[in-house]
Amino acid sequence: MKTHFRRLALAGLTTSAVLFSSAASAVEIEYWQYFFDARVEAMETLIKNFEAANPDITVKMTHFPYADYRTKVAAAIPAGEGPDVVQLFYGWLNDYVDAELIQPLPADSFPADKIDAEFFPMVQAMKDGDAYWALPTAVRSLALFYNQRLFDEAGIGSPPETLDELMEVARALTKTDAAGNITQVGITAGMTAQDHHWWREGLVRQFGGEPYADDYKTVNYNNEAGVAALGFYTDMFLGDPPVTAIGFMDEPQAAFKAGRAGMHIDGSFRIGSLNGTRGLKWGVTELPANADGTRSNYSSYWVNAITTKAEGEKYDASVKFMEYVTSDEAMQIWLDVVGELPAKPSVGLTDANKNDETFGPFIRGLAYANTTKFANESDQRQLMVEMVERIQLENMDPAESLAIAAEAEQKLLDEYYAD
Amino acid sequence: MYQKLTIRQKQIVWAWAFLAVPVLFYCVIRFYPTANAMLISFQDWNLLGDRTWAGFENYQKLWNDPVFWKVFRNTFVYLLLGTPVSLVLSFVIAYHLDKLRFMHGFLRMLYFLPFMTSAVAMAWVWRWFYQDVPIGLFNNILAGFGIPQISFLNSTTNALPAVLAPAVWAGLGFQVIIFMAGLRAIPTSYYEAAKIDGVGWFTVLTQITLPLLRPTIIFIVVFSSIGFLRIFDHVFNMTTNNPGGPLNSTKPLVLMIYDTAFNGFDMGYAAAQTVVLFTILLIVSLIQLRLLRSE
Repeated sequence: MKTHFRRLALAGLTTSAVLFSSAASAVEIEYWQYFFDARVEAMETLIKNFEAANPDITVKMTHFPYADYRTKVAAAIPAGEGPDVVQLFYGWLNDYVDAELIQPLPADSFPADKIDAEFFPMVQAMKDGDAYWALPTAVRSLALFYNQRLFDEAGIGSPPETLDELMEVARALTKTDAAGNITQVGITAGMTAQDHHWWREGLVRQFGGEPYADDYKTVNYNNEAGVAALGFYTDMFLGDPPVTAIGFMDEPQAAFKAGRAGMHIDGSFRIGSLNGTRGLKWGVTELPANADGTRSNYSSYWVNAITTKAEGEKYDASVKFMEYVTSDEAMQIWLDVVGELPAKPSVGLTDANKNDETFGPFIRGLAYANTTKFANESDQRQLMVEMVERIQLENMDPAESLAIAAEAEQKLLDEYYAD
Repeated sequence: MYQKLTIRQKQIVWAWAFLAVPVLFYCVIRFYPTANAMLISFQDWNLLGDRTWAGFENYQKLWNDPVFWKVFRNTFVYLLLGTPVSLVLSFVIAYHLDKLRFMHGFLRMLYFLPFMTSAVAMAWVWRWFYQDVPIGLFNNILAGFGIPQISFLNSTTNALPAVLAPAVWAGLGFQVIIFMAGLRAIPTSYYEAAKIDGVGWFTVLTQITLPLLRPTIIFIVVFSSIGFLRIFDHVFNMTTNNPGGPLNSTKPLVLMIYDTAFNGFDMGYAAAQTVVLFTILLIVSLIQLRLLRSE
């Protein structure tokens, strides 16, 4: 496999060498990420700045829909076609390392002790021994978005601070028509969006539990805390009266964008796409605390890594590019354009950012956030989706549905960690 | 060498020279991947690492997988609901359209239009039709009369028929055209003879039209059965947030294969599912050909 791959990589290099031989000494490296408007825009700015500082290097960015992203990367790199620098979700790192898709960052440019000291501790999941495999430009956390116009209309002065207040406010914001159908939800709901993170790392912990044990290898939510957290969640749409509906306006973020949802829990990456929405006046606040005042959040990040395809001068150029995209300057640009938070406390936790009306709640959320170590994020999310569906559509007892989900997730984790 | 060949042999040489292109094409594009898929179904492969032998492990896993049996059932519901409904509908439409002269071409065009429309676009439009209030067309109409809304897609019982409806509608145009061609091919002398004998329309339909349409019906049944057994794009696009959901109630076999292969990267398991689908398609087609074969 390895020699086969090398041969393909060589073949790829020769082809590109022939194709680009007229471009003389200029090196072109390829960068891949998935398509998200603001991220592409931010990366374009970064590439422009990088190319201005390094005139002998050009960076070609390719992006495609999120749904195809993993498949394309996985298929392209072994064929010697793909990127030199690639963006990947933190939860995919193990798969990429095992498949020899990426190579470790060179220790002289990226000394581990310096990164340990400078970046948020969650980034250390990217470290193996003395080398980092990948580094993020930005990290993200969750917060509660709210529609200011609907708040004013319902006479609500300030966004909810606790879970009880959340339900109260949501009730005040919910509207129904003559037939009893919900036409405006107090808060959006749907495990297919960010709610599974909120449930896992937020609600379960706030109800006194710990979602996983043993470094995320053991499911630990099948207990009282888990049942209570699930009860709180399902009460939102099964309670009397319900304050939300699953699948309302197809997607939670669509309902919020259309001004039909009072509140919406989402990640910092949503800021960029909400900013340009006409007629939507929104605000954002920290995720509500429980009765004791405990808050809990979920943080995650996307990283950039150098692929095994990059060799020779392309490798050197890739290292330079990686240095730039993890620099302080790049982090501030990413924050301003995408709304994702800088991966270094020194850049992120400035007073200006911390007290920023928009970024503040997310940055403050990082202080009490946990990062789930996923074996397979989409499959683990699917289990949460089905857990709720069994309760909602098949009237299953929540505790029973929770037990089924816990068992299935444990099986998935066991299979993943078995080899 | 070539000169020494007989005319017959020369003809064979030329025939093969021309056949070489499609034969090569079929070998590379069809037969090789098919054989390869069968091979992979006995292996473990995640698209990146090495392929390792797994024996019958993938098939055992399939047999013990409750999702597979659910999906298996769904696939046959699509087939057993979709094929008869679309067959009857398209025949009724074609039968009456054939008798109609007024705006005949325009109506035929209207029926054929969905067949030419991209399945993806169609699925998304129907997906929005099916939404709850305030955006769903159907539920807004119901709400207008004060009737509580119906969950179309977010329901384990309604979702499959809801997904099937646009798929039937999309295939209708093609079947109508085929039926009309079949109807036109029946010699008018039979109908004239029936008229002279003073036979009623029902007898004409059951004794002349339907028996003579047999080859057309066979073609449409086989064709649409294969289509419904392979249903994918409508389901996938109408349930993208939760593909095949809720609770796998709309998931057909092809979607499960896609999911296993390109989200789970479990190529061996996906290939085993593909082999099962291939076998089902083969058996269903053979049974239908046999049942509908004329004596």
